[in-house]
Formats: sequence, C-alpha cells, structure tokens
Amino acid sequence: MENTYNPMELMITVAARTLEDGAMVVVGTGVPVAAAMLAQMTQSPNLTIMFEAGGIAPLLPTMPISVGDSRTTHKGLKATSMAEIMELCQAGVVDYCFLGGAQIDKYGNLNSTLIGDDYNKPKTRFPGSGGANDLASLCWRTMVVTPQNPKRFANKVDFITTPGFLDGGTSRVEAGLPAETGPYKVITDIGVYGYHVDSKAMMLLSLHPGKTIDDVKANAEFDIIIPDIYDTTQEPSDEELKILREKVDPAGVIIGR
Amino acid sequence: MSNAPLKKGIGELFMSPDADEMRGFLRNKKKQMKSKLTSISDAVDAYINDNDYLAIGGFGGVRIPTALIHEIIRKEKKNLGFAGHVSTHDCQLLSAGKSFNRCDAAYIVGLEARGLSKNSRRMFESGNVQVTEWSNGALSWRFKAAAMGLPYLPSRVMLGTDTFKHSAAIEVECPFTNQKLAALPALHPDVAVIHVHRADVYGNCQIDGILVADDDIAKASKRVIITTEKIISNEEIRREPSKTVIPYWCVDAVIEMPFGSYPGNMPGEYFSDEEHLKDWLVAEKDEMQLEEFIGHHILSSKDFYEYLEKNGGMNKMKQLMQAEHLY
Repeated sequence: MENTYNPMELMITVAARTLEDGAMVVVGTGVPVAAAMLAQMTQSPNLTIMFEAGGIAPLLPTMPISVGDSRTTHKGLKATSMAEIMELCQAGVVDYCFLGGAQIDKYGNLNSTLIGDDYNKPKTRFPGSGGANDLASLCWRTMVVTPQNPKRFANKVDFITTPGFLDGGTSRVEAGLPAETGPYKVITDIGVYGYHVDSKAMMLLSLHPGKTIDDVKANAEFDIIIPDIYDTTQEPSDEELKILREKVDPAGVIIGR
Repeated sequence: MSNAPLKKGIGELFMSPDADEMRGFLRNKKKQMKSKLTSISDAVDAYINDNDYLAIGGFGGVRIPTALIHEIIRKEKKNLGFAGHVSTHDCQLLSAGKSFNRCDAAYIVGLEARGLSKNSRRMFESGNVQVTEWSNGALSWRFKAAAMGLPYLPSRVMLGTDTFKHSAAIEVECPFTNQKLAALPALHPDVAVIHVHRADVYGNCQIDGILVADDDIAKASKRVIITTEKIISNEEIRREPSKTVIPYWCVDAVIEMPFGSYPGNMPGEYFSDEEHLKDWLVAEKDEMQLEEFIGHHILSSKDFYEYLEKNGGMNKMKQLMQAEHLY
C-alpha cells in the first residue's frame, strides 16, 4: 500500500498509539472511539473501552453514533449507569479520557458551552459539558484530539466548561481536583503537544511530517512553548492504515475516504 | 486545602433538595399494587401540568419516551422545567413545542455525532430560557442523592470551572479529610417519563442494556409515567426479580407503546432511524419549514401509530430491527 494518509488518519493513529495495553479509557464518538478501536486492533488488545452512558468493554462491531447506542454494549462485559461510570473515574480506576471542544487555551481548559460574553443570551450555544467536565476532572490523563487553528487555540476561552490546568501551576489541585490528574496530550493536524512540568503551559512534543514551527505558531492565539528538542511524528504504518480503513471505519465516516 | 473561601454557584436552584419534604410525599403516596394501565393521552392529562419540572429517561436518542413527548407537544404543555441530562432528540422535541422555560443543562442542543439542532439553539439563544449549568455526572448524582433520601451528595467534579460558577452547586470541606468537594443538591422532578423494554400492569419494569440514570430518576421523582415496548405478566416479573430496575411503587401510569423510542434506538430491539433524524436537522434550518414538519409529523397525527405509519410503518420498523441486529 502506498503510504499516503490524510490529517485525520494521522491524528487517529497518533492517538491510538498513546493507549497502552491494559489501560482503561472512556471515549466519545468520532475520533476518540476510532483511536480506541485502532489501538485495540494493534498494540493493545486488552484495552478496556468505556462509554459515559454505561457501556463497558464492548467488542465494537462498528463505530457507535451515540455514546449510549447499542453498539456501546455489543458483546460487552457490563451495561451499567452513567453514575457508575463516573464513580469508577472518581475512584481512580480509569486511566484516560478523550475529549474535543470548540476552544482550548494554553492550560488545556476546554469550552463546549457557548460563544459570546453574555451567559444569559449567548451568541452561540453549544451542548455544554456532557460528561467532559466529569471525565477531565476525574480520569488520570485527559487527551484532546482537535484540528488546530487560531480560533480553536484561543488566548482565553469564552467559558471554562471542562478543567485543564485552570490558571496553570498548582491551581488545578488548589481548586480541589484530584492530585496528579489533568491534561496529558493534545493531538492536532499540526503536531502533538504536552504541558510544561511546572507552568503547565502547552508545549510542543512532536511536529507532524511536513509541518513547521511557523505552522504551530500561526495556528494558535497563545504562545506554545517550543523546546530545543522535539520529535517528528512517526507516520502511520501500512498496517495501521489498513486496519483503520478496512476495519475501524470502512464507511469512511470519520477518516473521509 | 488552601485558605481560599468556599465558592457558591450562581445558577438558579429550580427544585428544592429538601429530603424531608420528599419523605412526607412518599409516605402519603398510594402504594397498592393495582393496574396502572392507561393511554398516552390520559397519562399526560392526569400527570403533566404546565410549569412542572420534567425528567426524561434514556439517553437522548436511545430508549426515549418519544410517544409521550409528542403528546406533551400536541397538548401544548408550557413553561416546563427539565433536566438536560444528555437531552438530544428529546431536547429537539421540547424545543419544537416551545414547551419549557428553564433547564438544568448538562448536554443540550446537540445530537452527538449527528450535529447540532438549529431550533434547540434558537430556543437557548433567545434569552427566554433560564439555564443552570451542570455536568452529566453531576446531574446523575443529583438524581442519586434524591433517590438515597439525602439533600446532597459531595463530588469531585465541576470544581474550578465556569460550569461550577453557573451551577447551583456549593463547595464544601470534607469533615474527615478537609478535601474541597462540590456539594450537588438532590433533584426531585415533579414528573419523570421513562421508556422501558418490559413492564407489568403495576409498573414493575425491566430494562435491557444501559440504565443511564433511570433507576435513580424513578426513585427521585414525585410522579412516574412508564411507556413500555411490551406488557408482561406479574409472574414473569417474579420469575427474575433481579431484573426489576424500577419497582411498582414508584410508578403512576403504564402505557404499552411498541416502537415507543422511535426514531431513537431501543437496545436489543431496533436501531435509530438516522434518515429521519437527519430530516429533523434539515427541517430545523428554517422556522417555516420546521412548522410544516412538526405539523405533518406530530400535530396532525392523532397518535404515535400514525406517526410511525407516516415514516414507513412496519416495513421501516423491520429494517430498523434488522439494523439493530447488524443484518
């Protein structure tokens, strides 16, 4: 197979590689579930995939369209309540959650509630937290997969729906959120980002092939820390692309093929 | 814990979390095991009033009581409050009926991977709806607190965010560990509407697949209306008591409503009708077009069977049953 791929396929592949065998992950529909399925079909057969509506460890036959539809319990190990899923997260059992959002700031705070400055009469109303606030408050590591542009990578999000590192530094723990939790990685169509160990500000970890530091800077309102040493993202392998296209998303709903 | 003062959300608390008030109500609620079989129309007349606070079971487009919500729209119930606990197609319906003026919002105006509802957005962007913000977990636990007979449950969500700021939660300090926690007030809806797989005439209910929050919602609510795919005998309920997720004493009305979750998914029975849900999203782009769409599908249908017929009837239901089982 010719190793050409689109940005969506690269993002899903990179996200899949972060999920190690034996981990537990709560995912949403779209890119997150595609990444979890790909991980399960490659390096992590024992990945436990969970859905906030109550599905635990399904053998997903196709990608779900809702985090509560019947696919999320297909040949699953347990069908439970939303409360129990969040209680498992609160108890510290769950390693990863995977989120998106309309806006993200340099501390990984996410907005999926509204655009505008009047809460009572928003310019644009979005769904709100859903389970995102719970998952990002409680799971050990929060992963965000999102296309990168200056509107999304905002200096200040209009509404902090879901906590990242709040004001950076130690502010997340001071707010009362469980210690050692928080944003872990952001995967975009330009690169992969982590967070500075002390300031908790977003930092480049690896640049996708063909992308430049100028692309990183031009597509964020805030300054992303560029360390002296960063990686080049490893391209998807033929094997990964084959599984992604033939088994994970044969209809091309997410990868657009 | 730092010395910063404990914070309080500025959102409106729509329902009293008072556990004693609910204890008094439940003490006096009639608990005879008698048949509660009724019709959709009679149930809405008897148990849903203007200004009531409503909780809807299921998960937006999964195991939702569509038939009952259509009747709420046909009967023009107004000024309802509702719990937006993953409210997708149900939010779309209540917005189409302009049925509410306040909402505890955890997930509203969207249809997950399908996109956003233009009309629900118009409703929430109008400034005419009072909104208090929550997360899904927070709303689940608010129902759980109510089901447990407690005025609140402590939790570790929403802290530090604008979601907390616009909620009605209050920060508290754990008396044992000094940990800062978010106290979530119990939520006692006036009326809950829940669609289940099987129920007997007394309201003992079985649900296949995910529960979402419906066991707690049934216990938390003052009145409960059940629509069920199928009525089964009390003997069948007694054969497997571990399957009873909602017990009869919670329930006020039972209606047999096959395909009652259509166009939503009913786990193990039929998949969602994605074409029809797409038609909804398209119709919502234009207010005139939406009016016509609702007129055709809901207002001019005398009951839910007519709506099912308009959307392909048994032939379509058969297709959705096959889709559910991946044929």
